[in-house]
Amino acid sequence: MLFTSYQFLEFLLLLFLLYYLLPAGWQWKILLGASFLFYFYAGPVYCVYIAVTIVTTWFTGRRIEAVRAKRDNWLQEHKETISKEEKKSYKAAVKHKTWILTLCCLLLNLGILAVVKYTNFVISNLNGLLEAMGSGKSLDFLNMIVPLGISFYTFQSMGYIIDVYRGTVEAEKNPFRFALFVSFFPQLIQGPISRFGDLKKSLFAAHPFDGRTVCLGLQRILWGFFKKLVIADRILTGVNTLIHNPEIYDGAWVLVGMLFYALELYADFTGGIDITIGIAQTLGIQVTENFNRPYFSKNIKEYWNRWHITMGSWFTDYIFYPISVCKPMLKLSKFSRNHFGEIIGKRVPVYLSSFVVWFATGIWHGASWNFIVWGLGNWLVIMVSQEFDPLYKRFHDRFPVRGKFGFRLFQVVRTVLLMSCLRLFDCYRDVPLTFRMFGSMFRRGNWNIFLNGELLGIGLSAADFLVLLAGLVLLVTVSLLQRKGSVRERIAGLPFWGRFALWYGLFLAVLLLGAYGVGYDSSQFIYNQF
Amino acid sequence: MKGRKIGRAIAAAGIVVCSLALLQRILTPKVTDGIIERALIAEYYEEAKDHDVIFIGDCEVYENFSPAVLWEKYGINSYIRGSAQQLIWQSYYLLEDTLRYETPKVVVFNVLSMQYDKPQKEAYNRMTLEGMRWSASKVKSIYASMTSKENFEDYLFPILRYHSRWSDLKLSDLENLFQVPRVSHNGYYMRVDVKAAGSIPDPVPLAEYQFGSNAYLYLDKITQLCKDKGIQLILIKAPSLYPHWYDQWETQMEEYAKEHELLYLNFLECTEEAGLDFQTDTYDGGLHLNLSGAEKLSNYFGRILTEKTAVTDRRGEAELAAVWAEKLAVYEQEKQKQYIQYGVN
Repeated sequence: MLFTSYQFLEFLLLLFLLYYLLPAGWQWKILLGASFLFYFYAGPVYCVYIAVTIVTTWFTGRRIEAVRAKRDNWLQEHKETISKEEKKSYKAAVKHKTWILTLCCLLLNLGILAVVKYTNFVISNLNGLLEAMGSGKSLDFLNMIVPLGISFYTFQSMGYIIDVYRGTVEAEKNPFRFALFVSFFPQLIQGPISRFGDLKKSLFAAHPFDGRTVCLGLQRILWGFFKKLVIADRILTGVNTLIHNPEIYDGAWVLVGMLFYALELYADFTGGIDITIGIAQTLGIQVTENFNRPYFSKNIKEYWNRWHITMGSWFTDYIFYPISVCKPMLKLSKFSRNHFGEIIGKRVPVYLSSFVVWFATGIWHGASWNFIVWGLGNWLVIMVSQEFDPLYKRFHDRFPVRGKFGFRLFQVVRTVLLMSCLRLFDCYRDVPLTFRMFGSMFRRGNWNIFLNGELLGIGLSAADFLVLLAGLVLLVTVSLLQRKGSVRERIAGLPFWGRFALWYGLFLAVLLLGAYGVGYDSSQFIYNQF
Repeated sequence: MKGRKIGRAIAAAGIVVCSLALLQRILTPKVTDGIIERALIAEYYEEAKDHDVIFIGDCEVYENFSPAVLWEKYGINSYIRGSAQQLIWQSYYLLEDTLRYETPKVVVFNVLSMQYDKPQKEAYNRMTLEGMRWSASKVKSIYASMTSKENFEDYLFPILRYHSRWSDLKLSDLENLFQVPRVSHNGYYMRVDVKAAGSIPDPVPLAEYQFGSNAYLYLDKITQLCKDKGIQLILIKAPSLYPHWYDQWETQMEEYAKEHELLYLNFLECTEEAGLDFQTDTYDGGLHLNLSGAEKLSNYFGRILTEKTAVTDRRGEAELAAVWAEKLAVYEQEKQKQYIQYGVN
């Protein structure tokens, strides 16, 4: 059930009616039922996978709490009789036990993710190796079902179990409430990746109908539909033409393709998240924001703090920090300082941890080398940029342009271009081809395509370009207005007819200009695929 | 204050409903865009529902029979509920829809659509379904006809289907907003021009000649519905040279008619008797008859109707005769107009 399908809208309507008409105490149960219905509709078999994750993670969380409760009781009972050392050793043993439980849960669930998502990738690499060795043999690919949103719900569940292990959240006692946390349908298939501590309060609470909140939620959904249907799905035809025919569309077309893709991806992903957060808001539930105007970032590092925020923070909290401070890393850091000096020594743990994070980020996006290279490309740019810091500092000492509009604009454009270049790996999905296409931009010299009308030959009409241009202007305007706070809140302050004109105008724009229905191949959200 | 708020909300709702209705009207394709079938189906509802014969089926009925001739020559009051590639379940539901308003003595069904067992094309579905008034029959027909890419909601609110026409709008879309010109003569779509039948493509061998179970299911339903209502059902195969009507199909239809004691007429076998000449009586090389052909065939069929069914000559009914007099005048005008338009003598 795509977010943009009529079935989904009807499903939502029915859900809202039940949610607000039935007793408030039933709300979270209704949501659980709706979430499983949504998932069941996507594929009954998928429910088995998510159920395994729910049961094992919930059970592990409860076991960890039980072990800790037993520890506390034991310590309470024996506090007079045991020494400090015994106490410490007992605590360490319990911690080790909880770690083993956590590790088992992580291995099981990440193992499922790895098997369903990466087995064929491994087989394809093994086949490559076998071929290189001239063995003449090859392994058969497996016909694996990749459950919808498995990357998202697995990461969300694993974040939970690590938090329980760390003691930052209490394990949920009710398995059905925990099931709702994992399966909450608006964020199930494209995030955000929520933390249990952030979501539980509003997810399980009773929400009496609040017209204002519901209105704000609906407005956010409408804005999401505008981005997805009017911009992302309209430009999709052009993007597909360009990236699926690299033999025809090289040189300047690559620049067009990467910029179009940048717009499509932004409108698609942020539109999807707007719909997700909007749906949650209409239900009275607060979901973490996932974007903060990323295309206004001054550099790649900042960009990644503002794009898919929940994924970035997940990798930082659950991979980067643990690796940075683990014993082997500290030893390596010490070794490096001793042998290569302070400057290199202090960089080793950061660089290595970042490398692992970006490798994981890449492979999380897809089981292929292009995603891995894309992830490592980001790592390289961030690290190089970090190394250039002293140079930048000297430049700014000499030329005081920092804060000036022109320089900020330059930084923003540079970031967008850099990100778009890196995303070519995502576009072409083939590493050597990506390098070839990137190189062709500088060799081909067919820049006249911008003037000779050829742009109208990629499946987009003049009307499409007009709509896209208007959509882009609106996107930028809203983003600029967002610097001063919520645009919806400000619109809510307008007189009735002003509000009506704006929202009804947006509704008509989606209705008339949206690329949906027969004649348009329905396109699922790009991030559904990860 | 509360009253003002309610008033504003009602006004806003009014603006939304009216503007959406207007937009839907503007964006929906018009007869002037060449899509006449929607109007063919819809025009029936403007009629006095007192017909003796109802034709159902695809273009082979609405282009090959002229109700004007049936009236003029035999006093038979008939109407054609035909549309392009009308699938058999659409014919059934159109018949069901028609029987809500009247019970004719005879229903004539063209069997070419037996070849289709599954939904075919959205464009053709629209031609049949959009002209129907909303009823349970229309809903069932939509569900029976939708291809995998279609949605019921698009039929319920056509603006969802035609929203993207904004970039193709013409002045005629605004000119014909509220007035739809009539395009048919009791469901007959007139063409006077001539394009003689030339070489007809050889029939393509089929993998399967047996009509599908779904097609038979709806043929049974049509048969049963007519039986229940005391209507005589006549199965026909119109005399179109193309698409090819296979012998195996003919055998199945003959057997079906025999089994159910129905009259089955394959006009392909009596073109000479009907006086049809495919050098002069077709406007598209043998696919459909032109006015000359349709009038000859109607004349021929009218005689059969009077001989083999319970239809009677109603030319003596003053009120009906007056209605037909007007219709015949329009029919004549259209003829003359087309003769000039196509340069036919």
